[in-house]
Amino acid sequence: MGMNAPEAVRAAVDAAFREEWGQVVATLIGLTGNWDLAEDCAQDAFAAALATWGRDGVPARPGAWLTTTARHRATDRLRRDATGAAKLRQLAVLERAPTESLAEEIPDERLRLIFTCCHPALPFPARVALTLRTLTGLSTGEIAKAFLTAEPTMAQRLVRAKRKIVEAGIPYRVPPAELLPQRLTAVLAVLYLIFNQGYDEEDGRRALAAEGIHLARTLVRLTPTEPEARGLLALMLLLEARRANRIDDGVLIPLEDQDRSRWDRALIAEGLTTLDEALAVRRCGPYQVQAAIAACHATAPDAAATDWPQIAALYAALTRMAPSPVVELNRAVAVAMADGIPAGLALVDELAESGELDGYYLLPATRADLLRRDGRLAEAATFYEEALRLAPTDAERRYLTGRLSKL
Amino acid sequence: MKYVLLICDDEKVSPSMEEIAADPAYQAYEAEVNRRGAILGGARLRPVAAATTVRVRDGETLVSDGPFAETKDFIGGIDIIECDDLDEAIAIAARHPYANRGCVEVRPVWE
Repeated sequence: MGMNAPEAVRAAVDAAFREEWGQVVATLIGLTGNWDLAEDCAQDAFAAALATWGRDGVPARPGAWLTTTARHRATDRLRRDATGAAKLRQLAVLERAPTESLAEEIPDERLRLIFTCCHPALPFPARVALTLRTLTGLSTGEIAKAFLTAEPTMAQRLVRAKRKIVEAGIPYRVPPAELLPQRLTAVLAVLYLIFNQGYDEEDGRRALAAEGIHLARTLVRLTPTEPEARGLLALMLLLEARRANRIDDGVLIPLEDQDRSRWDRALIAEGLTTLDEALAVRRCGPYQVQAAIAACHATAPDAAATDWPQIAALYAALTRMAPSPVVELNRAVAVAMADGIPAGLALVDELAESGELDGYYLLPATRADLLRRDGRLAEAATFYEEALRLAPTDAERRYLTGRLSKL
Repeated sequence: MKYVLLICDDEKVSPSMEEIAADPAYQAYEAEVNRRGAILGGARLRPVAAATTVRVRDGETLVSDGPFAETKDFIGGIDIIECDDLDEAIAIAARHPYANRGCVEVRPVWE
């Protein structure tokens, strides 16, 4: 049986799904301009792969096989119910488009797709949802879950976004040079979110982080003079380098307790080079600053050698560029490590007072951590317990439980 | 695609037609639209003080003074344009002098 064993086929289809979904959808949209048709036919192609690859073996180029199959499905569907002029036009394009190229190199259509998904005429939550749905194949239910939204609400958001793209005439393209910088900002935010979506997962959606990095690399190639794209890529690489160490045996391991010899040195080296290239352009931005912070951690030989004054200064710069209470909380930690716990705690208290981070587990967790370092164990326990109630994942809960029991 | 640009402002200033014709900002806008061959039609509207709103309810025609909605910005004119896509429509809208002090709403035409 070998390759044709059901689990081998399933694994091959799963792998192809992670690698090729966005590519198949992007190509089909490029050919037909019909987003729903593209998604449906991509879905059909993956279902067909499950049935066919078991019998005929996994094709040498799964992506080309899937794209060709999806195209045939699209042609069939359009022939079957091609009544409207728009559908006849899509059919004509499909039948005219050359197929030979599929056996060769498939051009990366995903960039056109992502710029379209991230068009500023779409509401931001719709940009994120649409990018995740069309580029990574995350289901509507999974996206809804990731954003703590009801599934019907998310489904409606996607439907409205696709309708607006068609009805308002949002072009399916990589924007021309004069529009690129402003359009890039929205794309970067979406890519970082995709990366984080994968970063925080233990296994299932790991491809998202890889997809985020891959898309960031593509962006860097397309916009070589744009330092923020490079800054984002550097940030992703430097975070990815220590990801494997972040969770051990289902327990979150804080940065200071991680085994630094297990960090991925090759990724760190690439991240540092990428950051240097970005900084050389001398047009700083929030992603470059965040990457610089990650670089401080990545290059410290051990936790005690961390350059906290430098990190506190970088967070202060980040607060000026992109103010947010989460950044302020991170700055508070850096200030505590650089200038003493009371200075950091004072900043955390201010934040707690403002109420901006109510319900965010890292607020009580940070407070508890600083109180513990200050020897105020009873107060620390209260905040660890509060954090435990708010923590979103098991890994985080296990870490907090461990801390609490060791007080 | 066809779009209607709804050109809006708060009506705090209301230049005459002659002043508009002599204003370099309007001349630049017109030149840009002509360069793109985009204009299909358009009209400048009198201020909302001259507006009348008509509704028919239960067969009765109800006429009232003023615009249909109480908002800060009012539609002061419309341009009907033909262009490739939303990006081009946005580029044209951004050149309209009202975009600097009011706003321009870009609406695709139902075709």
